[in-house]
Amino acid sequence: MVSEPVNGTVEGHDDPSRRDFIYIAAGAAAVGAAAATAIPLIGQMNPAADTLALASIEYDVSKVPEGGQVVVKWRGKPLFVRHRTAKEIQEAQTADVSGFRDPQPDADRVKKGKEQYLILVGVCTHLGCVPNMGGSEFGGWFCPCHGSDYDTSGRIRKGPAPKNLEVPEYAFISDTKIKVG
Amino acid sequence: MSDHPSTYSPKTGIEKWLDARLPILRLAYDSFVDYPTPKNLNYWWTFGGILSLCLGIQIITGVILAMHYVPHVDHAFDSLERIRRDVNGGWMIQFIHSNGASMFFFAVYIHMFRGLYYGSYKAPREVLWLLGCVIYFLMIATAFMGYVLPWGQMSYYGAVVITNLIGAIPLVGPSILTWLQGGFSVDQPTLNRFFSLHYLLPFVIAGVVVLHIWALHVCGQNNPTGVEIKSKEDTVPFTPYATVKDGVGMILFLMLFSVFVFFMPDALGHADNYVKANPLQTPAHIVPEWYMLPFYAILRAIPDKLIGVIAMFAAIAVIFALPWLDTSKVKSMRYRPVMRWFFVLFVITCCLLGWCGGQLPEDLVFQLGADSHGTAIGLKVVTLSQILTAYYFSFFLIIMPWIGLKEDPLPVPASISEAVLADHSKH
Amino acid sequence: MSSLMTKSLKVLAGLAVVTGLVAGAPALASGGHAKPLLKAEFSFEGPFGAFDQAELQRGYKVYREVCSSCHSMKLMSFRNLGQKGGPFFDEKYKDNPNDNPVVKQIASEFEVAEIDPETGDETTRKATTSDRFPSPFKNDDAAKASNGGALPPDLSVMAKARHHGPHYIYSLLQGYEPEPVGLTVAPGQHYNVYFPGDLKAQWSGDAHKVPHGGVLAMAPPLTDGRVTFDDGTPSTLKNQAHAVATFLAWTAEPHATERKQTGIAVLLYLAIFFGITYLAYRQVWKGKH
Repeated sequence: MVSEPVNGTVEGHDDPSRRDFIYIAAGAAAVGAAAATAIPLIGQMNPAADTLALASIEYDVSKVPEGGQVVVKWRGKPLFVRHRTAKEIQEAQTADVSGFRDPQPDADRVKKGKEQYLILVGVCTHLGCVPNMGGSEFGGWFCPCHGSDYDTSGRIRKGPAPKNLEVPEYAFISDTKIKVG
Repeated sequence: MSDHPSTYSPKTGIEKWLDARLPILRLAYDSFVDYPTPKNLNYWWTFGGILSLCLGIQIITGVILAMHYVPHVDHAFDSLERIRRDVNGGWMIQFIHSNGASMFFFAVYIHMFRGLYYGSYKAPREVLWLLGCVIYFLMIATAFMGYVLPWGQMSYYGAVVITNLIGAIPLVGPSILTWLQGGFSVDQPTLNRFFSLHYLLPFVIAGVVVLHIWALHVCGQNNPTGVEIKSKEDTVPFTPYATVKDGVGMILFLMLFSVFVFFMPDALGHADNYVKANPLQTPAHIVPEWYMLPFYAILRAIPDKLIGVIAMFAAIAVIFALPWLDTSKVKSMRYRPVMRWFFVLFVITCCLLGWCGGQLPEDLVFQLGADSHGTAIGLKVVTLSQILTAYYFSFFLIIMPWIGLKEDPLPVPASISEAVLADHSKH
Repeated sequence: MSSLMTKSLKVLAGLAVVTGLVAGAPALASGGHAKPLLKAEFSFEGPFGAFDQAELQRGYKVYREVCSSCHSMKLMSFRNLGQKGGPFFDEKYKDNPNDNPVVKQIASEFEVAEIDPETGDETTRKATTSDRFPSPFKNDDAAKASNGGALPPDLSVMAKARHHGPHYIYSLLQGYEPEPVGLTVAPGQHYNVYFPGDLKAQWSGDAHKVPHGGVLAMAPPLTDGRVTFDDGTPSTLKNQAHAVATFLAWTAEPHATERKQTGIAVLLYLAIFFGITYLAYRQVWKGKH
């Protein structure tokens, strides 16, 4: 069966360093192959091209009554579109942010000239529950899971959440229409 | 081998600690490092390792595909296309899995023919052979159900035809068929249960593989001479000798595998499976995957539905009985000058049966002339299938027992070492 | 003895290979035959083949202006047109084809169905890059009703769903020949020499000379000058058929080029890996044989 020559002269002299080099190279090639294989096997769990391409949405904010809120689904998550009253805006603007956990003035969280509309990703920054409008000490949102309390600008005021409710990337594409994402 | 004493000596404190509580490193060392391997194993013996690799590849890629696949009649086809188009690297993983099934069968057939040629099924390795047959049978079941999942036309009608075979059983057949399909046709319940079982069975296979390797390590590996290990001179330690040789075999195998995956991923499939399943229209020519074709040819060789089904299952069952059908005292066909040629004929028969399975039964293998109406006459595919089927069964049921008694074997070497030395003196 | 063993194994292996080759050959079929497909050269064929972007753009135009009025292409999204290897791929937007202005422009030319969230009524909006190609008919039944009872098949994976897909598409589109005398073709049906079928029943001539091909519901879709190519390529039937066959080969597997390129890298790696491991094997077994 064995067709290879028996005498060990084919490989030349049995040089220990050369021999070790071959073994190390073979081992390294095997490790390299395994690593290269692992990349696509792990990478496949990242969002697929169709998931990444999920559309941005457009919404007509004039549909939201003053003092009310509409929840829209965006990228699988709730999007709060709130039409704030003059009193709520005033509270949000005049609050002293210096003592807040995540200090941010209200002006940075709304579009200039459109202060009545607050657009937020409705996901509690603590562990991902959806906070309720109502039940809040500060007129904003209260998270039923662990009691995080947000004000009328969506800023964290009390409870375990570390950050303010996220303001998504959006723009007014007309006087009343926003495009999110 | 069972009588081979363990030579594992734990070096570090942790190894000693573990060895006293769960000697798993000792087991691995004794099985895959120090294990005595016959020193005359040729490359046909590397297919055991290659098959373990195949099983690993199928399980890993399969688990990944299940993360993206949707087992629903309305979404299965599209979800597979989504894997190929949108999932990161999904096209590669899917092609590896679908071609992997073919590569797995290619390797298992070589492994089985190797066992057949060198008499690896003979005492004391009958249980080893039986476990291998169980693995093969489970592979067929797994592959069949996996092929249904893409829910293309071939998937669908493959499932229809194979489940309907059960309907051939007298009296209870139709009830079992309804139970198996979960309805009155192949539909959502069938797809859903096939997906579940397709996910389960590979792990069952892995379990039987452990038993298969255990049985192998109890009786030791057979070798090309078929002569049992007589002394330490006959063996080399598994590592590095067998490991590096298996490595060479595996890399060559992976190169062949890569050619299919990257350059001809659809060559072993069927165009019709890129058409979504349509329960109202059967494609013009339905055939199973290539690795099932010989059995499909046997099924169609017999005009009676029930007997055809029985013959097809008998073709698999007879492989299980092999250890008790071979009457020869000599294991390896190297020393069986007559049997060797029947073996060659058997391999050709299996290949030709495979060819017949892919053709329409009424088509001609070759034309001899034409009848008075001008219709071509000649050897029909179905007739050739019948001849080949007859040889297939005769090989096991008549030739094996009969030649074993009649044949005059060549002198068998006294030991593996002697055979190796004799081999060298030739060069 | 060893040489005998080796020889018989070699004979066996040789016979197996020959049998394998024979097994690849088809039997002599008893039914009718379509004409052998036209020979065509496609840039994407072979291990180093890649799609020609200009031809993909022409092919898209043929699809868009002709095919898409009857055939759906449900698996394709507009963003696919701008992905790597696609007809409108632009290196500037390689990370996100959704930003590609050409793709955005194409998408905005389509209307897609939507449910108005206010009223629940069916309405339409402008398509975006992430939308799938809209289908020409609302559902399969509507498609059949408008096409004389025959469903125009979805074209997404058509090039893989037929044997020799791109060659078949290329040939079929040029295969509308005048009906031979003696062939009865029903109204709404069209004779095509490359369409697989059995014309025995419709043939009144010599039983040994049943014509090639079959009949299908699709009228000849392409003619010379049917589509104006923006790059000045002459709009012959042949060029149109070639371009749309190329486009459909791409839509059937948009990652085909990437697949082959990966394959070359993998094979090169394995070849080196093999070389090193084989040397290690020789080293280990030295003197043991």
